[in-house]
Amino acid sequence: MVLLFAEVQQGNFKKTTLEAATYAAKTAELLGVASVAIVLGEAENAAELGLYGIQKVYQVRHDHLKNFDNQVGAIVLSAAAHQLEASVIVLSHTSNGKALAGRLAARWNAASISGATGLPTLKDGVLHVRKGMFSGKAIAEYALKSEHKVITVMGNALQPLQHGALASVETLSLEVPSPKIKIKEVKRVEGIVPLPEAELVVSAGRGLKGPENWGIVEELASALGATTACSRPVADSHWRPHHEHVGQTGVAIRPNLYIAIGISGAIQHLAGVNNSKTIVVINKDADAPFFKAADYGIVGDLFEIVPKFTAAVKKLKA
Amino acid sequence: MKLLVCLSKVPDTTTKITFAEEGKRFDENGVTFILNPYDEWYALVRALELKEAHGGTVTVIHVGPSANDAVIRKGLAIGADDAVRIDATQSSSLFIAKQISAFVEAEKGYDIIFTGKETINYNRSEVGAMIAEYLDQPFISFANHLEINGSTATLDREIDGGTEVVEVETPFVVSAAKGMAEQRIPNMKGIMMANKKPIKVVPPVPFDEIAVPVFYELPPAKSGVKLIDADNIEELVRLLHEEAKVI
Ligand SMILES: Cc1cc2nc3c(=O)[nH]c(=O)nc-3n(C[C@H](O)[C@H](O)[C@H](O)COP(=O)(O)OP(=O)(O)OC[C@H]3O[C@@H](n4cnc5c(N)ncnc54)[C@H](O)[C@@H]3O)c2cc1C
Ligand SMILES: Nc1ncnc2c1ncn2[C@@H]1O[C@H](COP(=O)(O)O)[C@@H](O)[C@H]1O
Repeated sequence: MVLLFAEVQQGNFKKTTLEAATYAAKTAELLGVASVAIVLGEAENAAELGLYGIQKVYQVRHDHLKNFDNQVGAIVLSAAAHQLEASVIVLSHTSNGKALAGRLAARWNAASISGATGLPTLKDGVLHVRKGMFSGKAIAEYALKSEHKVITVMGNALQPLQHGALASVETLSLEVPSPKIKIKEVKRVEGIVPLPEAELVVSAGRGLKGPENWGIVEELASALGATTACSRPVADSHWRPHHEHVGQTGVAIRPNLYIAIGISGAIQHLAGVNNSKTIVVINKDADAPFFKAADYGIVGDLFEIVPKFTAAVKKLKA
Repeated sequence: MKLLVCLSKVPDTTTKITFAEEGKRFDENGVTFILNPYDEWYALVRALELKEAHGGTVTVIHVGPSANDAVIRKGLAIGADDAVRIDATQSSSLFIAKQISAFVEAEKGYDIIFTGKETINYNRSEVGAMIAEYLDQPFISFANHLEINGSTATLDREIDGGTEVVEVETPFVVSAAKGMAEQRIPNMKGIMMANKKPIKVVPPVPFDEIAVPVFYELPPAKSGVKLIDADNIEELVRLLHEEAKVI
């Protein structure tokens, strides 16, 4: 059986969970086994996982599960995996998913893949999974040779696929220890889609000259419904908040559209964004390295181009 | 305070990635190796700052062959007191975590074990969580701030779409993200001292590899950029809408 850890964020499933559900269902199909999900705590739409091919949802409710803790999560999930006789656990490659996956692999003596970029294949009865390496500059295929396997699914690696009906939801009662980590405060960036989940990203670099010029970037982002990002020197100079910094030392993203404005395209910047489906580069220097990684490019002055770009987007949407 | 920092060796960030033997192995020819930036800039430096503020020792640990001693020396040059190398060539996350936790269990008494957020070659973010599980300790991932008061630590950690402030008692394992400290450049004295500091070599505990890389390849190349005239932005918007279908 394939067991999905259906991560809940503020009472709901995010797109990353639905992607992982699709991945779990497809993996189960490949192996000819059932696909089930486990939800720790409350989710308003637990049965909806069925739409993505999950056959049954088990919900574990407990006071100790109010906040996610990876140590508690690993104990509960491995107990569930044992009870349900699962052979594969699938998680989303989120902040909490990664920590839980590592713990589970150790606890369950499972071969693990952190950040699978595609669906698994079977070769001579052995499950093979691909993952990105060198920040997206290469792909490695692994053979998972153990009885138990743990896979986290990279965001945007596949699209959630609706093909089933609502799943039945059952309560699973398991012992839940109390977490050793106390959560004092959660600060969320309100009102915008966080970068790791964003499908459209408008990003700007040092070419903007100063923080006072960001208005044109924000207007383009808002016309598109995109999230804003920036290069590292921009965050380091406090022109923009640190959570916007993308690249090797910042956030790694793989949106459908990445628009880079006044960013040279240094290798460390590309490391965080080169898995974007479509890349648009706006730069006045025709030799900027970013053009080599781009799908579409405009050579010219960003201060003239960006406002026109915004106007054209508004016209399309009107 | 007894602090342990896990150091990994990675190809320099500007390395051109190529593979040898039809993708069977990473081609190390002409590659410059460095200390993993997250381990060096954030984990190690924060551990040194804590030692400077509260006293104690900072040990660095690495799982790898003797050819990797240079990255360990770099850790010593930045200021670690001593070093441990577990003499093995295996590279799976579970193998590495097993070795480090076996060492910690034998040695005992580490208050905090630091790892980096991820290795920039494997991009796994797994080793820290695995060490924590083997040792049955709490794990705080992607921390960008860490303060300690007695045996209680307060940390900020990155979560999807925000930050979480958490409190935990030692001992625990933490993975360090950008922001936890500022990079330190080793000085001459540090580099001289590093050559005199001991690297203790420990044999690995037996452990079977269960996840093995079969081959590596480069992602399909981009077909090349389509340049659009700066005076014809509507064409770009049309292409994004009709050709790329992303807006
Ligand atoms: C170990 C390491 C890790 C790093 N990690 C990261 C990381 O995670 N993320 C990251 O971004 N960087 C990272 N860097 C830094 C990286 O190497 C580059 O220095 C950085 O990305 C450059 O930022 P930039 O493109 O905004 O600025 P610049 O390189 O200064 O480029 C500005 C660009 O704007 C263009 N421009 C200027 N004016 C205009 C105009 N009017 N109209 C149009 N175009 C204009 C210029 O032609 C130029 O191409 C890292 C570096 C190291 C050594
Ligand atoms: N060979 C190794 N020896 C010691 N520590 C390591 C090794 N490999 C990884 N680590 C530590 O584990 C962290 C996460 O690595 P990874 O799970 O590979 O992304 C790194 O930042 C290091 O701190």
